[in-house]
Amino acid sequence: MPALVTLALFFFLPVLAAFLMSLTDFDIYCLADVRRARFVLFGQYIRLLQDPLFWRATLNTAYFVLVGGPLTILLALMASLILNSERLRGARFFRLAVFLPVITNMVAVAVTWRYLYHPHFGLFNFFLRKVGIGPVDWLGDPRFAMPAIILLAIWKNFGYHTLIFLAGLQTIPEDLYSAARLDGASWLQQHLHVTLPLLSRTLGFVTVITGIGYLQLFAEPYVMTQGGPLNATLSLVLYLYQQGFRWWRMGYSASVAFVLFAFMLAIGSASFLRRRRESA
Amino acid sequence: MRSLVVVIVALAVASCGPQPAQRRTITFWAMGAEGEAIGKLVPAFEKRHPDLRVVVQSIPWSAAHEKLLTAYAGSTLPDVAQLGNTWLPEFQAIGALVPLDEFLAGSACVPPDSYFAGIWEINRLGGKIYGVPWYVDTRVLFYRCDIFREAGLPTPPNTWEEWIESCARIRKTRPGTYPVFFSLIHSEWQVPVILVLQNEGTLLRENHTRGSFDSPPVLEAFRFYLSFFEGGFAPRRMTEFANLLQAFVEGNIAMFVTGPWNVGELRRRYPADEEKWATAPLPGRRNRLSVAGGSSLVVFRTCQHREAAWKWIEFLSEPSVQVEFFRLTGDLPPRKDTWHLGLLDDSKMVAFYRQLRSSVGVPRIAEWEQVATKMQEHLETVVLGRRSLEGAVKALDADVDRILEKRRWLLARGLLAE
Repeated sequence: MPALVTLALFFFLPVLAAFLMSLTDFDIYCLADVRRARFVLFGQYIRLLQDPLFWRATLNTAYFVLVGGPLTILLALMASLILNSERLRGARFFRLAVFLPVITNMVAVAVTWRYLYHPHFGLFNFFLRKVGIGPVDWLGDPRFAMPAIILLAIWKNFGYHTLIFLAGLQTIPEDLYSAARLDGASWLQQHLHVTLPLLSRTLGFVTVITGIGYLQLFAEPYVMTQGGPLNATLSLVLYLYQQGFRWWRMGYSASVAFVLFAFMLAIGSASFLRRRRESA
Repeated sequence: MRSLVVVIVALAVASCGPQPAQRRTITFWAMGAEGEAIGKLVPAFEKRHPDLRVVVQSIPWSAAHEKLLTAYAGSTLPDVAQLGNTWLPEFQAIGALVPLDEFLAGSACVPPDSYFAGIWEINRLGGKIYGVPWYVDTRVLFYRCDIFREAGLPTPPNTWEEWIESCARIRKTRPGTYPVFFSLIHSEWQVPVILVLQNEGTLLRENHTRGSFDSPPVLEAFRFYLSFFEGGFAPRRMTEFANLLQAFVEGNIAMFVTGPWNVGELRRRYPADEEKWATAPLPGRRNRLSVAGGSSLVVFRTCQHREAAWKWIEFLSEPSVQVEFFRLTGDLPPRKDTWHLGLLDDSKMVAFYRQLRSSVGVPRIAEWEQVATKMQEHLETVVLGRRSLEGAVKALDADVDRILEKRRWLLARGLLAE
């Protein structure tokens, strides 16, 4: 019961207040005089749908989730298989190395990566030049800015998922692999027929948290590009932040938040329904 | 145990000082470098007014706007604060500021006519004065005199035509470098705005309720601005120079338009290169205007001791105090008479003095920064070749009209003054 009260007070009530705010055009003017707020019902949402920047931010976020998400999961899965292998020496060191980016401060990461991405003397362009590809202006070119952000996010986040996969891998009994080997299964076959099916619950979980986490893309573009160039890295949360806290258009900002909430709800419930169908 | 006794005794002794109850306290918020330097001026003020105490709180610039608004919402604003010029209309619109006309009328220490006119006018909203300029900044042309000499250019450009020509000459003598640098970052909107002002264009029309970018003088100014990018004289990519000042000192950029703080920065970081560069008033068209910025001192409505707050503002407005403040921060004094106390001996500062005499503020509305940011956003699409200028200004006007919709509604219902 006390838990319910806390939940109501600190979660449901603020959410309700935010929803009510999204139905008004509460902005900087209203701070002084509430009469300056208008109750516009779904007007903010309609404005939002007519706002090209909102669509830009939605597409950018979808791009980030759909490209960055699978790549992160794939890399994490590979890394966990390697780290779980008995033949690997110094596994502890590599586990630490993989997890280190996750706990590194984002601003410190951004400063370093901005140098890595530098068009003239960045490390990435150094390697590109070695293989004969002209310098790429990673953060300054609208075509490459989002891939650059994705690359950074993958590096920063995959260690966390690796850890979860490792935990999942360790629950798979070794006997199954021995049996598979006796039947003459190759390395690939062992993982396709033993690891993947037994890891499917973990995989499902990681997919959902990656999807929801990546929908909230904010810190990377905030510190690296401020959403630019040409709004190529403007994400929904960055847009929400700019509208709400930079321009104090609280009503509008709240409506962005609820659209984002709807997207997350869709991802979450899709995976839930799939799980139910599978277990049925 | 013994240290506890010492603390108690120390507290007892401290509380026996001159009755603190009689000393009135003024809280003062200042930002960034100003906030750190101002503490040094407080003792002189307290010595002169033994009954007053000033408590300074320094706020980082990046968090200042949010913090002030949050303080307003929570009624924890200080008595006096420094407020960026473009924020003034916003805080006036929400009724946070006290008009200062009464105090000004009874004060000999703050004579309005000794201030640069453009800067003083920024503080006038709806016929009342809401702030006293504390320091000013304006943008001038920083240029490399050695590169200019090398290119056979004896003086910095005076007109738009000369500006473009000098770029072409520099490009010829120093291929591979950029004659000029203009920032495309959305929050740095000064250059195109200055060009519009110089062409006597109007940014906003109908009492600042609608965009007016799709008008011949504005289009002409924008076209001139874009010609620097089209000619390859200004870089289109903002990532090219990790450090602008370094690029300037190394000769990768020959000119840029920036403010007084960079005089100090350049001197501090590259003292050996002092002779290589100089400052000059901006080239012009129909006039040679620049935008006036800086900060004003304001009194908040929640202030209990307005007389005392005013005394603090008077103190900070004295020419001798302003000179000292300039020495501490490099911030330019807003009073013309202060400049004659030695500042004009600095050759790099003379351009600022001349430019400040022809500087004006930007439209005084709460939405200005939003509008200016939008302008940069749309100009960027043109610079990067995504859109024609004509298409971009139409879209810009539509966006600005949307931003100002609330202002139109408020004005129509009389919920907003002016």
